[in-house]
Amino acid sequence: MSEFFALNDSFSYPILSYLVFLPLAGAVVSLFLRGDKVLKSFAFLVMVAEALLSIPLYTSFDGATAKFQFAEFIPWINAFDINYTLGVDGISLLLVMLTTFVMPLCVLCSWKYIDKRINEFVFALLVMETAMIGVFLSLDLILFYVFWEAMLIPMYLLIAVWGGDNKAYASLKFFLYTLAGSVMLLVAIIALYFSTGTFFVPTLMEHGYTFAFQFWVFLAFALAFAIKVPMFPFHTWLPAAHVEAPTPGSVILASVLLKMGTYGFLRFCLPITPTATLYLAPILLWISIISILYGGFVALGQKDIKKLVAYSSVGHMGFVTLGIFLINMQGVEGAILQMVNHGITTGALFICIGIIYERSHSRLIADNSAIGAFMPVYVAFLGLFSLSSLGFPGTNSFVGELLVLIGAFEKNKLIGAFAIPGALLAATYMLRLLQKIIWDKDDGHGHHGDGVHEHHFFDLNLREFGTLAFLAVFVVWIGLAPKPFIAKMSASVSKVIEQTNATEASALLPAPGWSGFMKAMGAGGDHHGEESGHGDAGHSTEAEVEAGGHDAPQTHGGESGHGESSGH
Amino acid sequence: MNDIQTSYILLPLLLPLLTAIFNLASGKMENVRDSFSVIGSIGTFLAVAKMLPHVLSGGTYSLNLFNIYEGINVILRVDGMSMIFALVSSFLWILASFYCVGYMRGLNEHAQTRFYVCYSATIFGAMGVAFSGSLISLYLFYELVSIFTYPLVMHHQDAEAYDGSRKYISYLMLTSKVMLLPALAIIYVLTGTLDFAGNMTTGIFSPDVNQTIIAVVYFLSFFGYAKAGIMPLHNWLPSAMVAPTPVSALLHAVAVVKVGVFSVCRVMLFVFGIDLLSRTGLGITSAYIASFTILMGSVIALTKTNLKARLAYSTISQLSYIILGVAMLTPSAVTGGLIHIPNHAFSKITLFFAAGAIFVAHNKKEIPDLDGIGYKMPFTMAAFGLASLSMIGVPPVAGFVSKWYLALGAMEMSSVGLLVVLLASSLLNAGYFLPIFIRAFFPKDGVKKRVKMAEASPFMVVPLFLTAVMSVVFGFYPDIWLKLIEVVK
Repeated sequence: MSEFFALNDSFSYPILSYLVFLPLAGAVVSLFLRGDKVLKSFAFLVMVAEALLSIPLYTSFDGATAKFQFAEFIPWINAFDINYTLGVDGISLLLVMLTTFVMPLCVLCSWKYIDKRINEFVFALLVMETAMIGVFLSLDLILFYVFWEAMLIPMYLLIAVWGGDNKAYASLKFFLYTLAGSVMLLVAIIALYFSTGTFFVPTLMEHGYTFAFQFWVFLAFALAFAIKVPMFPFHTWLPAAHVEAPTPGSVILASVLLKMGTYGFLRFCLPITPTATLYLAPILLWISIISILYGGFVALGQKDIKKLVAYSSVGHMGFVTLGIFLINMQGVEGAILQMVNHGITTGALFICIGIIYERSHSRLIADNSAIGAFMPVYVAFLGLFSLSSLGFPGTNSFVGELLVLIGAFEKNKLIGAFAIPGALLAATYMLRLLQKIIWDKDDGHGHHGDGVHEHHFFDLNLREFGTLAFLAVFVVWIGLAPKPFIAKMSASVSKVIEQTNATEASALLPAPGWSGFMKAMGAGGDHHGEESGHGDAGHSTEAEVEAGGHDAPQTHGGESGHGESSGH
Repeated sequence: MNDIQTSYILLPLLLPLLTAIFNLASGKMENVRDSFSVIGSIGTFLAVAKMLPHVLSGGTYSLNLFNIYEGINVILRVDGMSMIFALVSSFLWILASFYCVGYMRGLNEHAQTRFYVCYSATIFGAMGVAFSGSLISLYLFYELVSIFTYPLVMHHQDAEAYDGSRKYISYLMLTSKVMLLPALAIIYVLTGTLDFAGNMTTGIFSPDVNQTIIAVVYFLSFFGYAKAGIMPLHNWLPSAMVAPTPVSALLHAVAVVKVGVFSVCRVMLFVFGIDLLSRTGLGITSAYIASFTILMGSVIALTKTNLKARLAYSTISQLSYIILGVAMLTPSAVTGGLIHIPNHAFSKITLFFAAGAIFVAHNKKEIPDLDGIGYKMPFTMAAFGLASLSMIGVPPVAGFVSKWYLALGAMEMSSVGLLVVLLASSLLNAGYFLPIFIRAFFPKDGVKKRVKMAEASPFMVVPLFLTAVMSVVFGFYPDIWLKLIEVVK
């Protein structure tokens, strides 16, 4: 399997393992510490160390190759060919960086906000970081799944323990939705294993599958990831979770967790099930458009700032999925960049909301309006991040959005035309929010303010300023000079697109119309029996799917029988 | 072509931004803050002027600032067209800086620091537009101008200001997101680049490109730069008049609206190119759209009795002269269009300055209240009269030069229709400007024997008198602008 790995000996130590397990080690150590400030400082230091550790990863990453770099391979469970395999490529690199950079800020923004069960809080955050980095770096499906599930519990706890008034409802809803997705993910993983006998992701990408098999695996994957993104109509857990989550919870959720879904699409759906992706991409494109418009319209009607930003996330992530399923260079590069941008910008917006919530103890726009005169510095940051959120030129999101739009117009003018109102909606609700928070149209008592207002709304302290300034740097940096960031991902992106558009993949595409689809889903043995010439595993798969396809829609039912016959 | 790669361009570009930062830092000290505006504007003008000799000799300056993607670059480029706009806005900013001091202190306005910061920052955006060398830089600075003027329009923070500013930002955001953004994307898809062409004839499209798509992209761009005030997307401009008069004067008569017109002209000439526009007939179509705006703007102006509202519609009408000239695509017409950028700027800023001076000195906004005001404010109203003549296009005031070249252009095309439009528009201009002047000096109820002169502060009167005089000077000596236009071609 070394053909999948690029030799990069920049490090004398296993950097990826360090990145994954440093936070976990920190979590264990934190159990022995006492004192609120001590614990938070310790967590902050661990996360800063993690961020510093990830910088050489970024600088020595070679953007010219699409292969996985700094790969590590340790046999784990030989009986099922499950291995501890890590590797990083252009798709995961920026997301790893995003995670390591955002996490210290989560500690900073919880400095005052979280005032109970600090020990547990710090532990949860650190475990969370290990799990998130693990998800992005795993190249073994079981390892991936372990990390994927490991994220669920700490995130659930973050909402359920430190959340707002309605935390029980929100956390349970989050848990159930995500768990439902995870189950589908597991189904897909097992189906792939029984079809190929391996969990090793690069091998799975090279392997050929029948259309029917791809179709069901894609659906299982897509459901799991669509819930996580979230795409319309699986988005309803998100506003609930965001509103009730504490600030650090919202930041993790928005900045990193939502990216898991879109990362999954890129890492698994496109390369492993290319034919199904090509076949279903139009539907996913339109669902993305619906997400963009729906998120925008609903955000327009919100009175609660957090809900507004939460729904704006649905719209923004719609742009990401749109870019991914365009399956062209600008689209996918724009999508990845937009994942990072959304992480930075929406994370920053949630920190901003946390800052005024600490002052006014309300998330309603009406309770936080006309504060421009008292918090000018804060308002300047809020303005910058709002502009970034609406895709203002010169900010990070503009570049991502423009690339996705270019990709969209290249693919299909109609898709592009339908995505445009989404950009307008973002401008509308963000500017409206900004205007109300800074000046407020309805303040009868004039703009010079009264003493009560002034007393609550004092301007940023150094910690808050540092947090926001750090993110602001990236907003402008990526906004003006995104080329170095894009250069890191280009090779990997073009490989994914190549894999998806490969002739073998397109050859399996069913004939248009319902009958063509049914034929491809049905027997179809004579149609494409020999096309995936991948040795014995490939052939036995064909036979199995044939059987499964006839019986019932649940392909994995058929697949399990196959597992017994071809178990290694 | 003699192109010099230099980071010197950053100096005139960033000086206004620095000024804004200094305005902000010295917000507590009025005199220091306002001095920064004056110093910053003078510095910017000198920095721009230093580039003049090289540009006049046919050269250009350029600087590739950032690379965003293959073919998408943030490029700064200074050519003759940039210089026209940059010289005009930076010079008028100097006068406006003095005028602002008189106006803002005269009315004891609130939030003056915010005002000055946004004012300087808007000039930064305008200079950026002037120096843009690619569609992406143009879009970036164009949007910056929208965002920085938004607080200025909202300045008074009363119901009227909120409504006006909401309309303002809605029009500008709607057009930029719904029209410009897809235009950028489609242009990139068609050509693989967003940089401007090196000359105004060829454009960046390949000759075999689909005509329908070109037409769509063209009109998205033509109407998308809504700051140009082309009907039917002109309505933000009258709403923006709720802003303090210095904003209306420098920004909504010169910097902001010219940003729109300049952008449209830039895109017409340097993205689509004269060849394509004349071959597809898009040029002449645009000329008729502009003609419609010229006439309608003037007709609506006739009906307005509020002085600033009448000036606003006059601006809408006059801006389309510039578009009309460029859209006619003949050499004289393009000259007439581009030279109207400075000519209209000097005259219209005079008119707005005068309107503001009347408001500060006598608290009058409506035209019927201006009876006999010429005796109280002789300098102001004399300047107003000169500027009006320029608007009408009477020789030897500057506006005449524009109309002369535009008429020449119409004759080169042998288009009687457009010639009639120009003449009719002059009549209409006379119809709504002269009554103001007549009312001021020849009131209906006769001239009172002894009227005490009551001008506004010299901070206001001197700048407006200067701009009026310069309108006349450029009527006699339009050479500098003509040379700059010559080197663009």
